Amino acid sequence: MEIVVCIKQVPDTTEVRINPETNTLIREGVPSIVNPFDENAVEEALRLRERHGGKVTVITMGPPQAIEALKQTIAMGADEVYLISDRAFAGSDTWATSYTLASAIKKLSKFDLILCGKQAIDGDTAQVGPGIAEWLGIPQVTFAVKVEVEGKKAKVERLLEEANEIVEIPIPCVMTVVKQINEPRVPSLKGMMKAKKAEIKTLSAQDIEADINITGLKGSPTRVVRIFAPPAKGGGEMLSGSTDEMVSSLVSKLRERKII
Amino acid sequence: MDLRKEAGEWKGIWVFAEQRNGIIQNVTYELLTEGKKLAQDLSCEVAGVLVGDDAIEGNVQSLFDYGADKVYLVAHRELKYYCTAPYTRAITELVNKYRPEIFLIGATTTGRDLAARMAVRINCGLTADCTGLSIDPDKKILQQTRPAFGGNIMATIISPNHRPQMATVRPKVFKKEKIRNPKSEVIKFVPVIKEEDLIVRIIEIIKDESIKVNLQDAEIIVSGGRGIQDPKNFAMVEELAQTLGGAVGASRATVDAGWISAHHQVGQTGKTVAPKLYIACGIAGKIQHLVGMQSSDTIVAINKDPDAPIFKVATYGIVGDCLEVVPMLVRKIKELRD
Amino acid sequence: MLDYLLTEEQIMVRNLAYKIAQEKIAPVRAELDEKEEFPWEIMKIFSEADLCGLWIPEKYGGFGQSVMAFCLATEEISRVCGGVGVTFAASALGGAPILLFGSDEQKQKYLPDLASGKKLAAFGLTEANAGSDAGGIETTARKEGDYYILNGTKQWITNGGEAEIYSVIAMTDKNKGARGATAFIIEKGTPGFTFGKKEKKMGIRCSATRELVFQDCKIHKSQILGKEGMGFVVAMKTLDLTRPGIGAQAVGIARGALDESIKYAKERVQFGKPIISLQAIQHMLADMATQIEAARALVYSVAKAIDAGGRDFTKESSMSKLFASDTAMFVTTQAVQILGGYGYMREYPVEKMMRDAKITQIYEGTNQIQRNQIGLSLIKESAQK
Repeated sequence: MEIVVCIKQVPDTTEVRINPETNTLIREGVPSIVNPFDENAVEEALRLRERHGGKVTVITMGPPQAIEALKQTIAMGADEVYLISDRAFAGSDTWATSYTLASAIKKLSKFDLILCGKQAIDGDTAQVGPGIAEWLGIPQVTFAVKVEVEGKKAKVERLLEEANEIVEIPIPCVMTVVKQINEPRVPSLKGMMKAKKAEIKTLSAQDIEADINITGLKGSPTRVVRIFAPPAKGGGEMLSGSTDEMVSSLVSKLRERKII
Repeated sequence: MDLRKEAGEWKGIWVFAEQRNGIIQNVTYELLTEGKKLAQDLSCEVAGVLVGDDAIEGNVQSLFDYGADKVYLVAHRELKYYCTAPYTRAITELVNKYRPEIFLIGATTTGRDLAARMAVRINCGLTADCTGLSIDPDKKILQQTRPAFGGNIMATIISPNHRPQMATVRPKVFKKEKIRNPKSEVIKFVPVIKEEDLIVRIIEIIKDESIKVNLQDAEIIVSGGRGIQDPKNFAMVEELAQTLGGAVGASRATVDAGWISAHHQVGQTGKTVAPKLYIACGIAGKIQHLVGMQSSDTIVAINKDPDAPIFKVATYGIVGDCLEVVPMLVRKIKELRD
Repeated sequence: MLDYLLTEEQIMVRNLAYKIAQEKIAPVRAELDEKEEFPWEIMKIFSEADLCGLWIPEKYGGFGQSVMAFCLATEEISRVCGGVGVTFAASALGGAPILLFGSDEQKQKYLPDLASGKKLAAFGLTEANAGSDAGGIETTARKEGDYYILNGTKQWITNGGEAEIYSVIAMTDKNKGARGATAFIIEKGTPGFTFGKKEKKMGIRCSATRELVFQDCKIHKSQILGKEGMGFVVAMKTLDLTRPGIGAQAVGIARGALDESIKYAKERVQFGKPIISLQAIQHMLADMATQIEAARALVYSVAKAIDAGGRDFTKESSMSKLFASDTAMFVTTQAVQILGGYGYMREYPVEKMMRDAKITQIYEGTNQIQRNQIGLSLIKESAQK
């Protein structure tokens, strides 16, 4: 099976803060990681390769430092990786990003399956996966928690709000996966050595034949006009006294607020 | 390629009326109410887009009850259950024909799956998980505010040159309001569904029997974390939830440990909720959990560790053993009722 | 802490061990301790990560025979759990005799499985009546043609029962004194080789400690490591090589305890400020950190010396184990003190660290034996001048 996994290098969002005075992101000292959901996607791709044979190719659209993220996937076991990078891609929203990634995928040899993480933990949109599917004109299945492939079809279980749904989808297709699908493997030393020595190929807009009028900031339909710090959570109240007293106090306070 | 649209030709605010098994989801009503406010600023109409099989027509009135000026009825045999391709086909045809300037969709699994695909097909801007919507008084465009970086920052986004301006909105962000509405115009639209739209089939639905109340719709949620010590203690969490008429939530740790199913998981890799009351029992409050519930109106935290981060977002905090506190809380609430 | 100008490979090993420790061991260490459960899942992860063969040459599937790399990994693992740390390290202890004294055939047969992590090893020397006095072992290996018949019981063997490969020292000729013992490789499942009950311990509770029971256990002479009569030499050389590893385990436990102490002292507010602002606490932390740094330096320099081809490191090897284990006991005890009441509670990790640290002063030669060793070495050295 030829599997392509799209990943994103993101800041560890548990550490990201906004400078309340300048309203800009404080990026210093914030480690960059492979988007956790994308790690699950890479892991699933590796498992499918173990079961069905084939090749796992990992791509990412990003600045040069995104190479570190690609290297981590090599350490996990990815066969080939590509960095899709060009000034023309800077400032892309999800529409332009999915176009760019789709263009890159078209350029790579044929593929059977495209896997993405459900969403990136910085953008939190979950829009790029389906976008890629639309650009490539192939079906999509989102929120995958279990994947089984049989020949030209896949059976995918989706994690929905109140129930799980099992769909049958033909290949090739795009799948976005949730964290509950698997436990990503720890890289191996051999893998890390391979990653260290690896020379990563960068593909430019020209290499992937992307129309730069619809990439990057220029091509993005959406525009961020302002970022600001979320309103600070007001100080709460720690109840005190014996357990009995605290619980009674809580009940009366909730009553006052008409919640119960 | 220039995919920008002539803004002036697009008018009206649409709301996708999501239905599951013929039941319209609450987020639809919340968006109609909010849509109506936005429509006033734009002097335009609000329309509901109701998609399903023929039986769905019966739900039309409820959309008017929550403020729709008109309803587009998109009925087709193949639209009974949500599936990406036929829905995308049908709704984009509708959009291209009637040209709304704004399209609001609930940020549910369905809504996010659908909107993301549509945005590329129609070549328009899509903003996910909006927590605030308003109309820029000068430019008359939609200002969409939403959290990013796991909720650590807020961003305001616009789609100046592309139409429609699409946004998904999480359930319970806006309040729904029933009104007296004389409007009743229904526009029927019969989409052409192609063979290639039907290649993905739903073969089974596995209902989670432990889910009694949809977490994202619940007004009250009682969540259990590792501090409840043992999986059997979810029974106590359940009892409190039931006493309050609420739903049961869970931290990632308990789900990973197999104590409860993933459908109950609240947090960055689970569900985002914003109920009136969120009671966290034995939950430490790691950022990945807080991200999923910190917008709740009132948060009560019960934890043995006085330094647990959950207390930073709690409205009321009790330092104590939830195995002691929760049954006591249940008892006192029941006493109140008697 | 000083970054020891480690090579890129060593940094890779350390980072990988750290990652696994933080992500996979930390969440389960309390449970493993509570349930005295052998960490098979974690050993599997080490295996998949290629960490089991750090001390084995590439020729046999290992990663390059580096004591330093092995110590780095053991340290990072022990920072999170000393029990998992010793499980990891004890397999190297069990395999070291094969590395040092095995024939090429024996190495080909046994080392690859240890390198891949498919199998674990254990070292069987200690007996009920022969601990510090290792010369007093009573397990016999009676020669019968091409075979040796083993009878006796080994006590308190780490990884006993879980490991598949055992390096066992038994008496072949009581009359030959120091040349009276022989080292054998014995596989689990050999008829006549069974295990005693699993011991209940103060600490390192996830580590499996069992008796090895030999009853007319027939072993072919091809299983001898080195030659008949070399048993004690095998044991001593093995311990020389592996003591830095225990030193690394102890340094790891101590570091883990120091980290928890600092974290707690920063958050715990008493008398209106975090206790880390109190000089009393700062002095305690300073002493802990300084001792750890010294222990670490000693362990690393011995490890590097061995890797560089050093031949005579018996004394320094003992020193590294002695100093690091005393440090671990000191630091973990201080850690419990700093966390105060919380330190005594099982919900907080430091009491376990203190319980884990104690054994490092006892096994692989008690610290009294280490001091004997060092004393004798000093005497020997001075006699040569």
